[in-house]
Order: sequence, then structure tokens, then C-alpha cells
Amino acid sequence: MNEFILIFRHEDGMKVASPEQIQHWMKQTRDWIGGIAAQNKFVGGNGLPFDEARVVKHNNVVTNGPFGEIKETIGGYIIVKAGSVDEAVEFAKGCPVLQGDGNSVEVRKIAKGDGVH
Amino acid sequence: MEQQELIPHLFRAEFRKIVAVLCKHLGIAHIQTAEDIASDTFMLAFETWSYRGIPENPVAWLYTVAKNKAKNYIARNALFAQKISMQIKLEALVADEPEIDLSDKNITDSQLQMLFAVCHPAISNEAQVGLALRILCGFGIDEIADAFLTNKETINKRLFRAKEKLRTEQVQVAFPSGQEITQRLESVLTTLYLLFSEGYYSESRDTLLRNDCCLEAMRLTYLLIENETTNLPAVNALFALMCFHASRFEARKKDNGEIVLYHDQDETLWNRELINKGIYFLHQSSRGAGASKYHIEANIAYWHTIKEDIPEKWENILQLYNHLLQIEYSPIAALNRTYALAKANGNAQAIIEAEKLDLKNNHFYFTLLGELYRDIDQNKALLHFEHAYQLAKTSTDKQTIHKKILLLK
Repeated sequence: MNEFILIFRHEDGMKVASPEQIQHWMKQTRDWIGGIAAQNKFVGGNGLPFDEARVVKHNNVVTNGPFGEIKETIGGYIIVKAGSVDEAVEFAKGCPVLQGDGNSVEVRKIAKGDGVH
Repeated sequence: MEQQELIPHLFRAEFRKIVAVLCKHLGIAHIQTAEDIASDTFMLAFETWSYRGIPENPVAWLYTVAKNKAKNYIARNALFAQKISMQIKLEALVADEPEIDLSDKNITDSQLQMLFAVCHPAISNEAQVGLALRILCGFGIDEIADAFLTNKETINKRLFRAKEKLRTEQVQVAFPSGQEITQRLESVLTTLYLLFSEGYYSESRDTLLRNDCCLEAMRLTYLLIENETTNLPAVNALFALMCFHASRFEARKKDNGEIVLYHDQDETLWNRELINKGIYFLHQSSRGAGASKYHIEANIAYWHTIKEDIPEKWENILQLYNHLLQIEYSPIAALNRTYALAKANGNAQAIIEAEKLDLKNNHFYFTLLGELYRDIDQNKALLHFEHAYQLAKTSTDKQTIHKKILLLK
């Protein structure tokens, strides 16, 4: 069993949706996570709000952002347990973020640090 | 006969008070002695009162006898110790002749301190519950064996080993210090929760005994609420949870012991007073930060006190289970969550999610699948119910499933 991080990429929802829509997405997200938790495969997760975001670059250059204006911005993540990346991908397919054309979920294995993985 | 009825009631209530005070006084290494002294006291009461009648103040009589027996025990041991070795501690005890304090306050304090001592992480959960039943609730070994559906020998062994462990770990009969309290409280709450569940779900035929287990768990939880240091949100939440469950005692089982499922229950048999109590303590539990699993379960139980399927009900229960599963997974929570999903989002989605749950050895799993398929595909439903019937172990469970099968045929 490995841990995989599912990274959500999408624009800032508040810019494009009504409060009603956002509440609907929230239910979808909680139901999706609940489904993974019900299979005893959920480890943790969080949204990553866009306010007070910063980027630190080479030479200690610090800029504000990202602002969630493009669909590649990271908006949140969850960590799941899965026997294979394919299983993790199946979980990812249920992410409500994917209802938006251009949005994506990146699936990455988390290294165990045991010298092998 | 008046006499026969007085003693059993008195035994349990006063036994646990006397044992708690003596344990505190003598130390955890001497739990058995405390029990023996208490038992001797009641034997003497039974023998004496049978011929001389019940004294004016039975409780005072019991306390006087218990105190004297304890003093004699201490004196005898000091004498023995003097002859064989120099046990300074015991000598000092006798020299001071400390009074065994059986005031209300000391009884309550001792019981609380014993609660923490007995619910110690060093011994197994089963042992904690067993000891709690014996020492804190005053149950007899037979009764405990009945509640656990096992035999006297097993219980005696379990309790013996547990007391040994407490002795070797040198567990103190005292309130844990400030920082320790939250951590130790976790152990205590788990044990009280298990104790309540023991009574609520036990297959034992003895209804009175099962209800007593639940009531005892509630009484001990309430002791924690009455004490300022332990009157914490999670404790209030646990108490609320117990109130909500207990409110359905009358409606859950028919006279012949058959279980009545929630949606078949006659809600006029639900105890509204207990429901209101639960609501009160649920509110109390929301003071302060953090949602423990008890908060979530209490909220779920609250929604179940509303029998009709109002729109928010199942959506709320679903989200509560979604949250609960993130904090602490359990197969039953996963199944209940799937049921709530069916009610909130429809059977089709619930079936898809249900089939992802890997609970192949759990008869509740197949019962749920049967329920979900019932209005969609009767053949599949029947297959699932029959599989559930094969897996079910107790006669009550088999009976419940059998009824579902009959409904389909």
C-alpha cells in the first residue's frame, strides 16, 4: 500500500461561480472524500486558498500570487492510500474539479523514504 | 419478602462506594482486599439482618462494619509485617489510625479517581470494561459473564490479570495532573462508550441487566460532568449520545427479545425526556473548540430522534458520516454512511459506492446491498440477503434477515 497525493489544478472558483454553485461543489467534494474514507483509503487533505499567496524565487524575489486566474493553479490536494497508481487514478476521476473543462488532477506517489521507494 | 428485596439493591449501590473508598485508602495493589472486605460486609449483613431485622439506618451499619474490617485488616498486616520484616509504611498507617472517610464527597471523589485508575491504557479495553463493571458498578462475576456472553472463569482470569497489571504498573488512585487529564480522559471515555455499547448491543437475554449497563455508563459519565475539571466538551457530547440512544430502549426490543429496526419503531415509545436531556448536553458540548468523534456521533444520533424523512435529515447525517470517516474509519460507519447516501443522493449512486466497500465477511454489508437492490433488482436483492443470512451468527440477526427474505418471496 502506498500513499498518493492528488493535486487539484483549477481557477479560483469564487471568480466564476455563484455562492449557490460553490455550496453545491462543497457537497460534491465532501461526498467524494466520504466515499474514499468509507473505503478506509483517505489519509488527509486541504483546500489551498488564494488569498495571501506568495511565490519566492531565485535571489529571494518574492511576488504576490498565484491568484487563481488560470486553470493550472493549484487549488487543493488530498492524500489517499492505494495499492497502485491506477487505483489512485480511479479515486482522482471522482474529483468534482474535473467537471470544469481544462481543470486537472495530478496524481503523484509519495516517496516512502525506505531506500527502495 | 421485604428483606430479600432490600439487599440486592443495596449491595450494588453501596458495594461500589465502599470499594472505591477502600481502594483509594489501601492503594491499587489491594483492590482484591477492598472487594473482599466489601463482600464480607454484605455477607455479615445478610446473616445478621436475617435474624435481627434490618437496622434503622442500613447504610450507616454497612459503613461501620466495613470500616472496622478495614482497620482490622491493616492492624493484622502491620503485626505480620512487624514479625517478619520492617515495613515502615504499614506501621506508619497503623500509628496514624487514619479515619476511613465515607462521606458523600469522598465517595464521589474516590469513584472518580477509581474511574481513572481502572480505565488505564496499560490494560486491555475488555479488561477495563470488566473492571469498571465489577468495581465501579458493583456487578457480580456472573452478571459480567452474562453481559460478555462468556463464562465465569474467563472473567475471573481477565480481572485477575488486569488487577495484577495495575499493581505492577503502580497506578495511582488519584486525579491525573493537569496535562495528563486530557490524555487519560480519552481512555476513560472509550471505556464508558464500550460499557454503554455492551449494554446496548449485548445479545444477553437479560434485558434488565443490559439496561443497567447503559444506565451505569451514563451515571459514570455524569460524574465526570459534575466535576469541574472533567466537565469538558467531549464528555458532554458522549453523554448526549448516550441519552439519545437510551431514549429508544422501550421501542428497540419486543417483549420476546426480537429487535425492532429503527424505521419500524413506534416513536410514541421513545423517551422524550431523555431526548431533551440529550439536546441540552449537545448544546453544552458545543462550548469550546474541537469536534471529537463523540460530537459527530451525538449529532448523528440527534438527527435520528426525528423520525420523519425531512429533506435536511439525511443530507446532514451523510455529511456527518463523511466527516466521521475522515477522523476514524470503522466498517459500521462506512455502511451507515452508504445508507445515508442512498437516502440523500439516491439508491443508484449508493449501490456504486457500496460495491467499492471491501466488507466481504460482514453480514451487515450484504443486508445493506439487499436493501439497496430491493426496488431495483429483486433477484439480486434476494441473493444478497441470503448471503447475509449465511454470514450472520446470532439468532436475532438471522431472524431479522429472514424477515427481509420473506418480504421478497
